[in-house]
Amino acid sequence: MTVIRETLLPPAPPPRRTGGPAGWLRKNLFSSPGNTLTTLVILAGLALLLPPVIRFLVTDAVWSGNSGEACRPEVAGHPVGACWAFIGAKINYLVYGSYPAAERWRPNLFFGLVALGTAWMLWLDAPRRGLGAVLVFVAGPVLAYWLLSGSSVLGLAPVATSLWGGMLVTVVVSLVGIVASLPLGIFLALGRRSDLPVLRYACIGFIEFWRGVPLITVLFMANVMLPLFLPGDLTVDRLVRPLVGIALFASAYMAEVVRGGLQAIPEGQGQAALALGLTKGQAMRLVILPQALKVVVPGIVNTLIGLFKDTTLVSIVGIADFIRVLEAARADPRWSAPTIPATAYAFAALFYLAVCFAMARYAAFIERRLAAGERGRS
Amino acid sequence: MTSPATTTPAVEFLGVNKWFGTAHVLRDVSLAVAQSEKIVICGPSGSGKSTLIRCVNGLEPYQGGTVRVDGHDLTPARIPAVRRSVGMVFQSFNLFSHLTVLENCTLAPIHGRGIDRRAAEARARDEFARLAIADLADRYPGQLSGGQQQRVAIARALCLDPAVMLFDEPTSALDPEMVQEVLDTMTDLAARGMTMLCVTHEMGFARRVADRVVFMDEGQIVEVAPPEAFFERPEHPRTRDFLARIL
Amino acid sequence: MRAGPPESGSGPRTGSTRALLLQALVALALAALAYAAFANASEKLARQGITAGFGFLSRAAGFDISQRLIPYAAATSTYLDAFCVGLLNTLLVSGLAIGLATLIGFAVGIARLSPNWLARTLAATYVETLRNLPLLLQLLVWYVAVRVALPEAQHPAAWGGAYLSQRGLFLPRPDFFGVAWLVPLAFAAGIIAALARARRAARHVETGAETGPVAWPALAWVLGPPALAWIGLALAGHPVGIAWPSPGPYGPEGGLGVLPEFAALLLGLSTYTAAFIAEIVRAGLASVARGQGEAAAALGLGRAKALRLVTIPQAMRVIVPPLTSQYLNITKNSSLAVLIGYPDLVHVFMGTVLNQTNQAVEVVAITMAVYLTLSLGLAAMMNAYNRRAAPVSR
Repeated sequence: MTVIRETLLPPAPPPRRTGGPAGWLRKNLFSSPGNTLTTLVILAGLALLLPPVIRFLVTDAVWSGNSGEACRPEVAGHPVGACWAFIGAKINYLVYGSYPAAERWRPNLFFGLVALGTAWMLWLDAPRRGLGAVLVFVAGPVLAYWLLSGSSVLGLAPVATSLWGGMLVTVVVSLVGIVASLPLGIFLALGRRSDLPVLRYACIGFIEFWRGVPLITVLFMANVMLPLFLPGDLTVDRLVRPLVGIALFASAYMAEVVRGGLQAIPEGQGQAALALGLTKGQAMRLVILPQALKVVVPGIVNTLIGLFKDTTLVSIVGIADFIRVLEAARADPRWSAPTIPATAYAFAALFYLAVCFAMARYAAFIERRLAAGERGRS
Repeated sequence: MTSPATTTPAVEFLGVNKWFGTAHVLRDVSLAVAQSEKIVICGPSGSGKSTLIRCVNGLEPYQGGTVRVDGHDLTPARIPAVRRSVGMVFQSFNLFSHLTVLENCTLAPIHGRGIDRRAAEARARDEFARLAIADLADRYPGQLSGGQQQRVAIARALCLDPAVMLFDEPTSALDPEMVQEVLDTMTDLAARGMTMLCVTHEMGFARRVADRVVFMDEGQIVEVAPPEAFFERPEHPRTRDFLARIL
Repeated sequence: MRAGPPESGSGPRTGSTRALLLQALVALALAALAYAAFANASEKLARQGITAGFGFLSRAAGFDISQRLIPYAAATSTYLDAFCVGLLNTLLVSGLAIGLATLIGFAVGIARLSPNWLARTLAATYVETLRNLPLLLQLLVWYVAVRVALPEAQHPAAWGGAYLSQRGLFLPRPDFFGVAWLVPLAFAAGIIAALARARRAARHVETGAETGPVAWPALAWVLGPPALAWIGLALAGHPVGIAWPSPGPYGPEGGLGVLPEFAALLLGLSTYTAAFIAEIVRAGLASVARGQGEAAAALGLGRAKALRLVTIPQAMRVIVPPLTSQYLNITKNSSLAVLIGYPDLVHVFMGTVLNQTNQAVEVVAITMAVYLTLSLGLAAMMNAYNRRAAPVSR
């Protein structure tokens, strides 16, 4: 008798999970004496730390007032936490710097366009992404420049870059960095893989140079040496100098990200393209690069996060970015109160955390999606 | 059996030598493949089979001897033309994963040959119908089984109307139940009169389809014979040894 | 038949005339660009009356530096001395931050894989928060926080001979006058001996030979020689003095001063980079096949032992390369010192010296050369490690 079963069993539902919340607690918090001790220590720490933070940010915070007086404990009559009234009073300065109030619709429009373009580029299933890329990388910068600094063609009054400031400058610097560094980075990454030794070593040298030095030195260099290198009496706008430095610096990092993507594409893809009679250039342009650029989206977003954080360094060379206007705002004698510095930094932290965390989540989401696609393929 | 003497051979190797670094991977290989002839190349791994057929379309440079395709020496200038007239199927399919099946099959005709999109798509759909993969046209490679992917890869090569097809272990990366569909496709192709060079370990396929079986070892051709002679009366001890191990 | 590869062959080859032409064009374009920049710069410098060259390095600096590891005085020291002081300050804060960041980073990274949900979540929060805030902002916060937390300079807190105030932490410092420099020399020799022993022990572990305990003898090697030297010197009549700090009228002075700027920079750099290191450690541990941990558990090893003996050694191959680039980032990021006034290389040299001398090209070139040398040196070391640590396989 070798047949054990005449008919196959139908699948049965799994048994109900044992434990519920109590089981979860036991498994995750109290699985062993050491584990229990860890849990208790952390809980004690949180109990000590969290209430003051919440008191500072919410309960003891001052939400309205016309000057620093409102945020002094002796005036308020209770211990004072964050002085949100200060942020409220300074918000226009923090967002636009000294950009003329009557023209603030222009930065606003710019922010809107940036949001639109970013969404178009980052939403991988969006329609017409090729067209979007052309608009974002070619038409966008020109339009943004006209919009912000003025143009006689569009009938916009000129606004000197020295008046720009705050989040506006932070966004402008980051965007110039990403828009310039992506094409340049792709070019450098391709050059680094070239068969031509001169081109290859030139690209390697360029990439490794910028990756080997701190951004601050790059910004100092752009500040003092860029004007020296240019012919005659050609001067460079004070805002443009760090932009050049940041673009070169970021392109080296972008090149390494793109190179990683190119390396991730199996060799067989290029060989198959060659075997079909495509030229090397066509194989790169039609087969390898489109796949590589998809793989590197998380890397690009992570570079963008780094770039966004690094833009704070332009404040050291005297550009009125968000951090610098924040420091200037908190030095206002009308708003001198004990918790003003902490309030200013808390606000800055929330701003950067919100932007960077959102981007990091997006990068992780794309990464998971790409990984899932990879599994689906085999 | 065809008689190669009367017409130009489709592919000809004349004393081909190749080194990887100091490893001598092709040693004085000579072989003439007649028009419409089906050659199966077998041998232990590392014997140079894949390297040999990759020399035909210039994917591997070689350092000595001559390769002729349709009577012309393979020079750097001729490589693009040769690649358009020689189709190749890889062990790992190598479908372009960012393109649909249809786009995979029209990419080279449109961008390499300059055929317009409409004509290229019509041509591709003809081929799909013949290979019974018409319903896959709009899928992405990641959504296909291994056997389907390899049949699409064959269709992709055929869309360039090649005179010669190279198969580099086309069934080695497949699950066992998918091997047959690919071999059937290849058998149909053979029946259409295609010149084929197949590196494969499918000895059943070799018996049914091959005109000649080539046995390679240590970078050289050890024995060439029609299938029945090759399998029934192998002459070289290495061939006998190899057959004893795989059959 | 066996033969060596011929020099050239008849097969298809790369390297055509077109390729050569293109390369010549690239080289020419780069050279032209460099020449134009050079010509413009030298013309403008000549107009400003600045003599190019490195002669300025031997001129008197004339400014003071708040923290120095080597003798330095505003009146007598040169710009070269100032450069050395700045460089040493950069190396000091980077070196300490590397150690501290590694400790915190490994702790947080391991905590991210803890069986305890609270520890996991807390570690993840740490990483996500610190990674997503600009380092510059974190340094500002640390600087303000450190200063706010400390007592005013006129009323320092004192323990034993040490004083703590907004001017910094002032500690008693052994005064190595006379022949007492033998003590630090013995200290250095002890460290080298301990390292050599650790290396030998590590090799023994690889070969499976029996070794004794490593940690205690190492400590003895590090502390023994200087202690012996100290005692020996005291017996021979050359006692080692101690320089005590004093609570001066404007704040503590003398002794070994730790600046609040230094503390803020060290803490900021370490905690920020630790977030990145934690991610590297987590990814490295996760890259070791789960089967390895399961096999260790099946052999009866506890979680800590399995981590220490099985998982971490294997994960190190994955961890070390990105870890080195984080170390490099610490060194480069230490240049943010300029923001809070810690006298590092960039602050001293690219800031003060550049402003005083206007030798922009030379100063920028020297500073960048220093960082490039550090980067390339570290990269070379990492390549050497990678070659050695490559997995042994057929």
